[in-house]
Amino acid sequence: MGWLGPEEWQAVALSLRVSLVATLASLPLGLFVAYALARWRFPGRELLNGLVHLPLILPPVVTGYLLLLAFGPAAPAGRLLEALGLAVAFRWTGAALAAAVMAFPLMVRAMRLSIEAIDPRLEEAAATLGASRLRVFATVTLPLALPGVLAGAILAFAKAMGEFGATITFVANIPGETRTLASAVYTFLQVPGGEGAALRLVAVSVALALAALAASEALARRAARRVQGA
Amino acid sequence: MTLTVALRHAFPGLALDVAFEAPPGVTALFGPSGAGKTSVLGAVAGLLRPDRARITLNGDTLADTEAGIWLPPHRRELGYVFQDARLFPHLSVARNLTYGPRVQGRRTDPAELARVVDLLGLGPLLARRPAALSGGEKQRVAIGRALLVRPRLLLLDEPLAALDAARKSEILPYLERIRDASGVPMLYVSHAASEVARLATTLVVIEAGRVVRAGPTAEVLADPSIAPTGVREVGAVLAARIVAHHDDGLSEIDAGGTRLLLPRVPQTEGTALRIRIAAHDVILSPAEPQGLSALNVIPGTISAVHTGDGPGAIVALATPAGTLLARVTRRSVARLGLAPGLACHAILKSVAIAPEDVGAGP
Repeated sequence: MGWLGPEEWQAVALSLRVSLVATLASLPLGLFVAYALARWRFPGRELLNGLVHLPLILPPVVTGYLLLLAFGPAAPAGRLLEALGLAVAFRWTGAALAAAVMAFPLMVRAMRLSIEAIDPRLEEAAATLGASRLRVFATVTLPLALPGVLAGAILAFAKAMGEFGATITFVANIPGETRTLASAVYTFLQVPGGEGAALRLVAVSVALALAALAASEALARRAARRVQGA
Repeated sequence: MTLTVALRHAFPGLALDVAFEAPPGVTALFGPSGAGKTSVLGAVAGLLRPDRARITLNGDTLADTEAGIWLPPHRRELGYVFQDARLFPHLSVARNLTYGPRVQGRRTDPAELARVVDLLGLGPLLARRPAALSGGEKQRVAIGRALLVRPRLLLLDEPLAALDAARKSEILPYLERIRDASGVPMLYVSHAASEVARLATTLVVIEAGRVVRAGPTAEVLADPSIAPTGVREVGAVLAARIVAHHDDGLSEIDAGGTRLLLPRVPQTEGTALRIRIAAHDVILSPAEPQGLSALNVIPGTISAVHTGDGPGAIVALATPAGTLLARVTRRSVARLGLAPGLACHAILKSVAIAPEDVGAGP
């Protein structure tokens, strides 16, 4: 990566780390919420659905500000996380939290659709064969939903890579800590002569997005082939 | 094995209220579509939770809503064969078969697997995916998968209903072999008289959510007032044994000392058979018939005459071979003076006995 300056490389590496952590950490919760929305009927289901989709509709700046109110250094939730050794305010972990929240609706949506597409009668059949609910999920639901789960995760990763508004509002733009790819492009554009660096980062950004898209397509095709057994 | 079932459930448009006992063997829940048979099976399996239920198997309580007992499906140790097979599309046939033992945390006994594969003729299918199987093959795999969980009771929900006639006659012998060889008790839902006549040892007739009749298969099917799936489906069942195969394409069988001829059956001499004689194929004659082309003439005594609203009547004839049912017109009943106690002959064309109505005994 000789053609990237140290500052640029730092931003790319940070973005990759932030997005990877954001995706992996939100995966279990995303899967659970997607399953609950797809399979369970419970009071407050519509409310949960709305809450999940909120970051998609709200201006990112608003989401970032809400995160600051909830997890800032003065907020109880923020202090609790800090006491647990997981401080998020103005840290890269905060950038990961912001990215995860912003990407969550996309992740849940893809996973939910693929779970809804599974015939629940297959899950019934698994239960009659002696599988507990958890085993039914692990041996039938999850494998059959895998294309959607992978697509959701990759989509979330791509969204996290591009997150800007909520991140910069919540954790600012600190080089090496919270200056992600998008923040770096923005910063370079603010200084005279920064267009070259910004352009290089834009190229990296486009390449990563295309790679993620291709990977998601390939994985989905492979998983679909496996399921249909052709 | 004894299964006792008592349940009540209010569906929109159907009040289900059934109670019955299933002794060892094959118990068929027999009745028209929409009578609530599948719901009974669902409740026994734990997939459908009725308003009130009390279900016991060999003395173990599976469900007792009064006492707040409801065993979840995966802890009932039953096998369920669905009408639509429901194989797992992401697993090979072999992995589908061993799914039950796997999720129960035990290894599949290779000898047991081999026995089931052999019993159902699954050898050539093991490496395939469900998408590459025909309907009949899928259903055989589904039956094998259910057997390998070592069920205390096998539940079958119209396993043949989605198949064409050829596939049906492909699967029926396998079900007979399971009944006669493996000894796994079965609860079998069907609306097809020929299936229950071949397979069931006990019949529970369900109409509009209620049990209208229950008892040994031959006894219930010989009752002229029972026609849950329409008069066209009425027919009695005879137990017989093959005496000889003749050169002219006929097989001679012995039913209670009476010799009958029917088109050649594949089983060997001495094999026990059960044969369903459709009521509309039987002609009655009080006088000894002469010069008929029909080969089978069975003397007997009329035991009951059942007339409904239509032009037809069902006459039950007690013969040494067993009770036969004949569907005739009310006009003939009046003209011939058919009434209980009258000596009469049943006339049956050999070629009227269809291959699907001849099954393995007992």
